[in-house]
Amino acid sequence: MTDNHESENHASDTSVEDKKRRRFLTGITAGFGAIGGGIAVTPFVMSMTPSERAKNAGAPVYFDYSRIQEGQMVKVEWRGKPVVMLRRTEEMMNGLEKIESHLADPTSLDSVQPSYAQNDARADQDKPEMLVMLGVCTHLGCSPVEKLALGPDPEMGEDAQGGFFCPCHGSKFDLSGRVYKNVPATTNMDIPPYKYDGKVITIGEDDGRQA
Amino acid sequence: MAIHRHDNHVSANAFMEWVDRRLPLTKVWNEHLAEYWAAKNLNFWYFFGSLSLLVLVIQLLTGIFLTMHYKPDAALAFASVEYIMRDVPFGWLVRYLHSTGASAFFVVVYLHMFRGVIYGSHREPRELVWLIGCVIFVALMAEAFMGYLLPWGNMSYWGAQVIISLFEVIPFIGPDLTEWIRGDFVISDATLNRFFAFHVILLPLILVVLVFLHLVALHQVGSNNPDGIDIFEHLDENGKPLDGIGFHPYYVVKDLVGVCGFLILYLGVVFFAPDLGGIFLEKDNFAPANSLQTPPDIVPLWYFTPYYSILRASTEQLLQVFAVGSGLVGLAAIIFTKYKAPVKVGIGLVALAFVFIFLNSSGKAWGVILMGAALVMFFLLPWLDRSPVLSIRYRSLPFKIALVVFLIAFFILGYLGMNSPTPARTLVAQICTVIYFGFFVLMPWFTSIGKTKPVPDRVTYDEH
Repeated sequence: MTDNHESENHASDTSVEDKKRRRFLTGITAGFGAIGGGIAVTPFVMSMTPSERAKNAGAPVYFDYSRIQEGQMVKVEWRGKPVVMLRRTEEMMNGLEKIESHLADPTSLDSVQPSYAQNDARADQDKPEMLVMLGVCTHLGCSPVEKLALGPDPEMGEDAQGGFFCPCHGSKFDLSGRVYKNVPATTNMDIPPYKYDGKVITIGEDDGRQA
Repeated sequence: MAIHRHDNHVSANAFMEWVDRRLPLTKVWNEHLAEYWAAKNLNFWYFFGSLSLLVLVIQLLTGIFLTMHYKPDAALAFASVEYIMRDVPFGWLVRYLHSTGASAFFVVVYLHMFRGVIYGSHREPRELVWLIGCVIFVALMAEAFMGYLLPWGNMSYWGAQVIISLFEVIPFIGPDLTEWIRGDFVISDATLNRFFAFHVILLPLILVVLVFLHLVALHQVGSNNPDGIDIFEHLDENGKPLDGIGFHPYYVVKDLVGVCGFLILYLGVVFFAPDLGGIFLEKDNFAPANSLQTPPDIVPLWYFTPYYSILRASTEQLLQVFAVGSGLVGLAAIIFTKYKAPVKVGIGLVALAFVFIFLNSSGKAWGVILMGAALVMFFLLPWLDRSPVLSIRYRSLPFKIALVVFLIAFFILGYLGMNSPTPARTLVAQICTVIYFGFFVLMPWFTSIGKTKPVPDRVTYDEH
């Protein structure tokens, strides 16, 4: 402690120029030190970003969709996330209109999908009954549970026409993955890019098509 | 350099004198134990500080032994925990001590915080003790959350998925930030590995440092007491408080009684009900992580459920209530307070801004903000509380009513968070969320009204 007092006393003897110079040198040293510190931290921060191996795991998935029966749902994994494939019945398709007034984003304006899936069915118009969707709730990423039976449901409500219910925070979606009003999620579930090739559907690749 | 700093502490013998010249052992012993004066009427509620320290030590020790057998690898983690449970001698005991210890930690910390609130331990001059304590609480939540991923059960996986996704709503950097936290595009081996590093190295170190600071700050200002009065206002001829007794041996012995009571309950759970019917160890976590299947009822462990309920309760409806509420609070502040006109205009503008923000933003982002704000409220407590007295013994009726209503809302939120959401439950959670925030926002008002009782000069103490 005594050393500090001495240096303070000493500092008060120095001239104004000396003080200015000292302040300048201290500031510039501290500044360079901070820059150096920031640079030193960078490799550690970068080491926590996704590795090359993780980046390479995003390959497309192929699936023989002709095996899916009417009213049947299949889940496959794409980039570690569940992709839902549901071949909807005519009844299910008719139900989509009935609940439109309960939806937050019925025309999918604020939602993520390829342009060819921005419609009521949220599906490629070649096969509008086939719903291909990321089974990931847009609230906090849980996987919503399918409610394929039409009609009243304790969790979906009185006039529900089937849909998806997220067990985590109670978000509700219709059978096109469109979100209901007044639930935690605010956008419809995402539709990944996909294309049909004979009996096979490719998820994760659509050759950049618009329709 | 033979500089000797002489102090008043007398070394016990020649050996201690040798030590004391080189390390201030006697000095520290006296200042922080033998001559650390605490009020002589510290009651049951004062057990939970020392018990928190005990549980920290239990967690650190059992954690070391668990890391000897655990494998932080997505392919091996779940099986290695089962290996600990079945094949490692007494592995089941070490693991149950650790898993039950996590819940016990929150039990004692919540009670410790409640003690602070009812006796005014957050008030001047102990604001920093309280603030450091709040940081410990948040660090403890992070520690518990990361530890919960390690068994790599299905609930671990989806719990982490939900909580990490919370950061996605941060504007602009959200998606990149979540990717950085996960180290992958989904919860994966990379996430598990780094959570292990944080759980066993980073956060324990932070916790130990914070606890040390918590104690240093406490010993700078002295312990509070159930009467909320300053015992240093009445000193004897030696400068020792008349109502104070040395922490050692008096409170060391008293706390040992608390330790015995705690160990009976804690070990009772460890030996006879280590999962406590799915509350301390959730049923869905006995199945390995499955990235395609969310458990039917995804719930966090009980100590997070009040905050989880607040997160779930955030919908547009709730925001409309908040918009109306902030408008009314602003209006009341303008009409009923005696501020000058410019200040009132300022209050009005702030209230209007809040109304506008609440009406024009999404429930998703607000769920995260509200959950964070629910914790931030605790940090503000020393300045929200305007009561002229510290202890609940002398507080006015409005404070007592508000505290009881808050506690009921807190417990209901906790209960709702353990159960799946239905429209009716969501509505109840929203009402309780409003009460939760109302308790803090209205505190400056209800702590300054009503009649407080006269505070005694000396601590209340019954001779046995």
